[in-house]
Amino acid sequence: MHLKVNGDVHDVDAPDHWTLLEVLRYRLGLTGSKQGCDKGDCGACTVLVDGEPMISCLILAREAEGREIVTIEGLWPLHLARGGEGPDPVQDAFDRYGALQCGFCQSGMILSARALLDRTPSPTDEEIARALSGNLCRCTGYTQILQAVQSIVARARGVEPPRRSWEAANVGRQAGER
Amino acid sequence: MLPDFSYVRPGTLDEAVSLLADGRSRVHGGGTDLLGCLRDRVFAAERLVSLRDLAGLRGIQETADGGLRIGALTAVAEIAEHETVRSRYRALAEAAASVASPQLRQQGTLGGNLCQKPRCWYYRGDFHCLRKGGDTCYAAAGENQYHCIFGGGPCFIVHPSDTAPALIVLGAAVQVVGPRGTRRVPLEEFYVLPEADVERETTLGRGEIVTAIDLPPAGPSLRSSYRKVRARGAWDFALVGMALALQLDGGVVRDARVAFSGVAPVPWRARDVESVLRGQRIDRAVVSRAMNAAVSKASPLPHNAYKVDLLRGLVEERLASIA
Ligand SMILES: Cc1cc2nc3c(=O)[nH]c(=O)nc-3n(C[C@H](O)[C@H](O)[C@H](O)COP(=O)(O)OP(=O)(O)OC[C@H]3O[C@@H](n4cnc5c(N)ncnc54)[C@H](O)[C@@H]3O)c2cc1C
Ligand code: SF4
Ligand code: FES
Ligand code: FES
Repeated sequence: MHLKVNGDVHDVDAPDHWTLLEVLRYRLGLTGSKQGCDKGDCGACTVLVDGEPMISCLILAREAEGREIVTIEGLWPLHLARGGEGPDPVQDAFDRYGALQCGFCQSGMILSARALLDRTPSPTDEEIARALSGNLCRCTGYTQILQAVQSIVARARGVEPPRRSWEAANVGRQAGER
Repeated sequence: MLPDFSYVRPGTLDEAVSLLADGRSRVHGGGTDLLGCLRDRVFAAERLVSLRDLAGLRGIQETADGGLRIGALTAVAEIAEHETVRSRYRALAEAAASVASPQLRQQGTLGGNLCQKPRCWYYRGDFHCLRKGGDTCYAAAGENQYHCIFGGGPCFIVHPSDTAPALIVLGAAVQVVGPRGTRRVPLEEFYVLPEADVERETTLGRGEIVTAIDLPPAGPSLRSSYRKVRARGAWDFALVGMALALQLDGGVVRDARVAFSGVAPVPWRARDVESVLRGQRIDRAVVSRAMNAAVSKASPLPHNAYKVDLLRGLVEERLASIA
């Protein structure tokens, strides 16, 4: 079968019953898309298909033939190809806001956020939370992740971005301290 | 890893119907429910027949009579965002927006949403229960907190679809194509109770495909909504849900249709609630009678009596929002 991934067409030999996630990871070596639950429950396998975020563990590779697939590996090159500099702004914001601990959810989170911003350049906080509601994170508590995306919106609007947790006025003060 | 099967993508509907005639093939819409069932060995398939190339099954069109035709292959997300659906058939837009997660709404189709399999954990697990051709319902005496309070026996599933109850209160019909031609069924009559046939959820026969869902014209006095109560804030099936469609005439309910999700093996039409509402102004007394009517025939299982209270609360909340 032929799959177009991150702008390149790959000639792939895989059985009909393989999912897109399996082909990405075990045929193309693109292991940035994570195999978490393998049943639609976690969002770690999220990729963009024709610009929309989708769960690659619940799409057969054969179903994805003829469509444009973007994985986390393709995001930075795509940004450069569009005339940007450095990493994709979402990747950069996740970095600056420390929006990860183990990182397992990160590629899916970033792609869901990218799809949102491509469609809605200036989303509300509620729209951001809703767009990321299909990506679970078991580590961060979500705050830094939401703030990372909010910071991109703030920058575009020319307003003050959210303060990062370690810069907050109450740093050093723990629960119960006065 | 999925079990071995082959995959075909026919270019015409006729071809799809004939490929399905062998009884060992399954229809593949978006695959979000089908692949899970195959992976969990709920049933087997030798071949998946993908509808993906049948462009005629996709999209939302206004019909000559002023209604709407939604192709079975239309993504749930597209329905949730569609202008006409949002303004005239609000219950459907709200139901579609409440399905699963953003990603799954992009992948899942309306046809697949209506034909999806139940979520009973015994059925999805390694139990050869009644619905899989066995001789026991493990939920009846087991972990039945997410099972039904109406219409149960001998199996106690709840129908998992959010869009079905919304479509039913809006008066939708499904268009079905099969080896014997085309038929049209009111969506309410599309679903099968376990007492009629414990191994099927719909009246679909071998080789039949849902091609479209038709909505009748929505008059200016139609007010409709869908509200779902779930254990998590997002991405979960309904514990209980309520679809409501009212024709209001200066504050008086001229006609009412109510259907519940999460409480019965089929989307549950609540005619007792409808007759309480019809001809009335919605005030405290009417709300209270509707709450009682909603649950008067409930027969909860050992672990799901909470659904009765939840349903009363939901009816109260929805009606109070209109009163
Ligand atoms: C994690 C998770 C959460 C979910 N949450 C929800 C939820 O909250 N609410 C909800 O309603 N659903 C939920 N779903 C169920 C389901 O994925 C969606 O309802 C989706 O819309 C199903 O559509 P599909 O096209 O992917 O179906 P498929 O998987 O393609 O098909 C489902 C079934 O219907 C049959 N079928 C499909 N299309 C047709 C057709 N046109 N004619 C005849 N038969 C057909 C298939 O053979 C299969 O048996 C969830 C699923 C997952 C995995
Ligand atoms: S409720 Fe139905 S599907 Fe679940 S175990 Fe009983 S028979 Fe099987
Ligand atoms: S691995 Fe696909 S949703 Fe969890
Ligand atoms: S950082 Fe570990 S799952 Fe999100």
